[in-house]
Amino acid sequence: MNTEFKDHSELSDIFNKDEARVDWHDETLWFVRAKRDKAAHGIPEWESLREAASQIKNNVLSNLHDYLVEFEENARKNGVTVHWAADAAEHNQIVHNILKEQGVNRLIKSKSMLTEECHLNEYLKKNGVEVIDTDLGERIVQLAEEPPSHIVLPCIHKKKEEIGDLFHEHLGTPAGMADPVFLTAAARTHLRETFITRKAAITGVNFAVAETGEFVVCTNEGNADMGAHLADVHIACMGIEKIIPKRRNLSVFLRLLTRSATGQPITTYSSHFRKPRPGQQMHLVLVDNGRTTQLSRPDFRNSLKCIRCAACMNTCPVYRRSGGHSYHTAIAGPIGSILAPNLDMKEYADLPFASTLCGSCSNVCPVKINIHEQLYKWRQVIVKEGYAPAKKAMAMKVMEFTLSSPFIYKNAGKAGRWFMKHAPFTVNNKLNLWYDHREMPEVPKESFGEWYNKNVKND
Amino acid sequence: MTVGLFIPCYIDQFYPNAAIATLTLLKRLGVDVKYPTRQTCCGQPMANSGFEHLTQGCNDLFIENFAEFDYVVSPSGSCVLHIKDHLHAPKDEDKALGIRKKVYELTEFLTDVLKIEKLNARFPHKVGVHQSCHGQRGLMLAQMTELVEAPFSKPLHLLNMVEGLELVELSRPDECCGFGGTFCVAEEAVSVKMGKDRVADHINHGAEYITAADMSCLMHMEGILRRQKSNVKVLHIAEILNAQ
Amino acid sequence: MTNSRAEILAKVLKNQPELQPLPADLVTVTHYDNPIENFKTILTNIGGSAVNVPDYQSIQDYIKTHFPNQRIVSTLAELSAISEQGWENQDPHSYENVDLAVIRAHFGVAENAALWITEDLMHQRAVPFICQQLAVVIQAKDIVETLHDAYVNIADSVYGFGTFIAGPSKTADIEQSLVLGAHGPKGMTVFILD
Repeated sequence: MNTEFKDHSELSDIFNKDEARVDWHDETLWFVRAKRDKAAHGIPEWESLREAASQIKNNVLSNLHDYLVEFEENARKNGVTVHWAADAAEHNQIVHNILKEQGVNRLIKSKSMLTEECHLNEYLKKNGVEVIDTDLGERIVQLAEEPPSHIVLPCIHKKKEEIGDLFHEHLGTPAGMADPVFLTAAARTHLRETFITRKAAITGVNFAVAETGEFVVCTNEGNADMGAHLADVHIACMGIEKIIPKRRNLSVFLRLLTRSATGQPITTYSSHFRKPRPGQQMHLVLVDNGRTTQLSRPDFRNSLKCIRCAACMNTCPVYRRSGGHSYHTAIAGPIGSILAPNLDMKEYADLPFASTLCGSCSNVCPVKINIHEQLYKWRQVIVKEGYAPAKKAMAMKVMEFTLSSPFIYKNAGKAGRWFMKHAPFTVNNKLNLWYDHREMPEVPKESFGEWYNKNVKND
Repeated sequence: MTVGLFIPCYIDQFYPNAAIATLTLLKRLGVDVKYPTRQTCCGQPMANSGFEHLTQGCNDLFIENFAEFDYVVSPSGSCVLHIKDHLHAPKDEDKALGIRKKVYELTEFLTDVLKIEKLNARFPHKVGVHQSCHGQRGLMLAQMTELVEAPFSKPLHLLNMVEGLELVELSRPDECCGFGGTFCVAEEAVSVKMGKDRVADHINHGAEYITAADMSCLMHMEGILRRQKSNVKVLHIAEILNAQ
Repeated sequence: MTNSRAEILAKVLKNQPELQPLPADLVTVTHYDNPIENFKTILTNIGGSAVNVPDYQSIQDYIKTHFPNQRIVSTLAELSAISEQGWENQDPHSYENVDLAVIRAHFGVAENAALWITEDLMHQRAVPFICQQLAVVIQAKDIVETLHDAYVNIADSVYGFGTFIAGPSKTADIEQSLVLGAHGPKGMTVFILD
């Protein structure tokens, strides 16, 4: 781990310095999880729906080549220009080139985690193109010059007073005004002006249908539609895994997506873009950026089934108490922790360890990704590839040596003594990391083994 | 029917009373139970830290200790889950598979194998049940709040047989306590916060005791309770099921 | 120019697992005894309002009462008496000050109060999004139970753009406080024709 780089544990440490704020963050997201539970429990066939979604996505991954070709052909027939990007850099160049051809240097963008993953905003800014994010949460973090901390609720880490301050500074709202209704209205006015004056709009893609060449974009605010339908050029960016075979498969995914995400029965807008409107240009960028590598890993490929609902984040007791930024990657939380090591195993070596493996993430996942099992498996890979800290590796070897031998184990000392030195909660770090906020277990006068030898063995 | 008693290392070293209660309870229920004394650890602490490749010594020892029994029973859902999922014997994988099929956590053994419907136990206290994640979500000892499925709970089924025991309801019935093996020190801040929140849920609902089918979660919560100088105590479920 | 297309497709082909079949269509178990009532309840829960009407005259009366002196556009010939004429082929930006747009939907969905609307029913795609208030007219018989039924209806339909709209535009991005009218309509009225 290089020195200027803070890992999940260090960043969580900082986040936890303000306990009241952690409580607030945890409660806010637990509220979303509770809404998800209520929505799911309102659908008796919920578990069969999850199974159906999982199987459709398994089919997609197993037939992705043909579906991509089919989708591209149909999209082209519909009048959409299809581009292919091997990585983030190529994606950003493609988008920039389209804008240059159109002579556009100001654009609006609705939510797209892919463009976050590719750091498109920074790239375009460097190249003199102004990007305004139109999702309210994304606009807020953009004004704050921060990345989103959550894929569905980008500014969930911000208090309304902080948002009020930002709006006061950037949008001229009255100082101290922190009412969500007032602030949202201010953003509406500000962004409507933007919608009216920008000639290019970028959107993400939730689903792309191979059979018809159409793609579906889901929002609650209507910002993707406002952008796309007013702009002369619509650029939609998607990872290659977003394909689904048939239009009717959307019924399964749209029933699951928003109930899992926020507990709503469906997003306000589920828009199916098939053809550009007359006079409009529609571009679609298909991005790999490591996805084909993840596809080659049998243990991890089904992370590509993700539909970006964030249910795993809302339910994750670690995410709720460490905040999205502690994951230092575009997609935080449990799903981010199994996606990120594929992109850079060294930089994200800490993330699969930022979990208690409690398994709640896998249970809420609408496409049944075995997230917690993959976290366990990534740990094994990361250690084998040599990205575990050396001290930890040495401690583990000592542990192996002792625990493999009943003789050494029993003679390592009286009850508790060996453990005080080597137990899981003391290895890898100084003892005081347990003791800072917790008492050590009291050492009994004898271990169970010693008691058994005295009291039972020779009965 | 012979039962091998598998006592995880930290219970052996720190919580002998939980192990004694397990042994006594099984004996009282007429089970022929033995404790193979050459056992150490299932290897989970290493495996969950990414060092599963260092656990073959533990695996070999586990097989050596427990192959002969009809069942292996342990008062730890987490360790049982590790054995169920990760016990391997490259030279004789069938042997490992055999053990993986016959290893049981205590409450599931009492419920599913012994099919206990009555217990001679008395514990006149208000008790909060901590659903340890590996037991609940891994071994499915109880239904999980995330799933749209019929409710059930093996630990609660047993606790309801205990005379005088009053269960307290929690705001979050199956949230993780934050122990997580090496997580408890590697991610100290979050681990402690999770533990504090879990403990608070029990205290706010009037629990005098917090119990669980996993001593490791209780060890973590006990550390926090004692630091807070709380009167609330932790007790392994075997000690309550065995209480007179 | 790099040939990323060929490279990506080659990698996908090499790395994709053995073919897994698509599952059989889900047999829906959710059933609504009264889909119209359920639709109305859900619509109200998500910030919209439902109005049962016997005929178009009642819709006109309702609009005259609730949206007086406003800029109203409509794609329904039946409402020409109360709506602006000749609005259809202007620059979509010009609809920015439309107070109320009244359009038709193909059908509604009881489980989530979504309405399926394709661009032929909008005249211009921007209309249902840019207006300050949206009203949609559907026939009571056109409310299906779930999205499965909905996609059976539209499995083979041809459109350039189509959307499910469920309620007014909304956001809860500021501390999970629900606010209606994020960018699009601040309110949505659904007229259900008996």
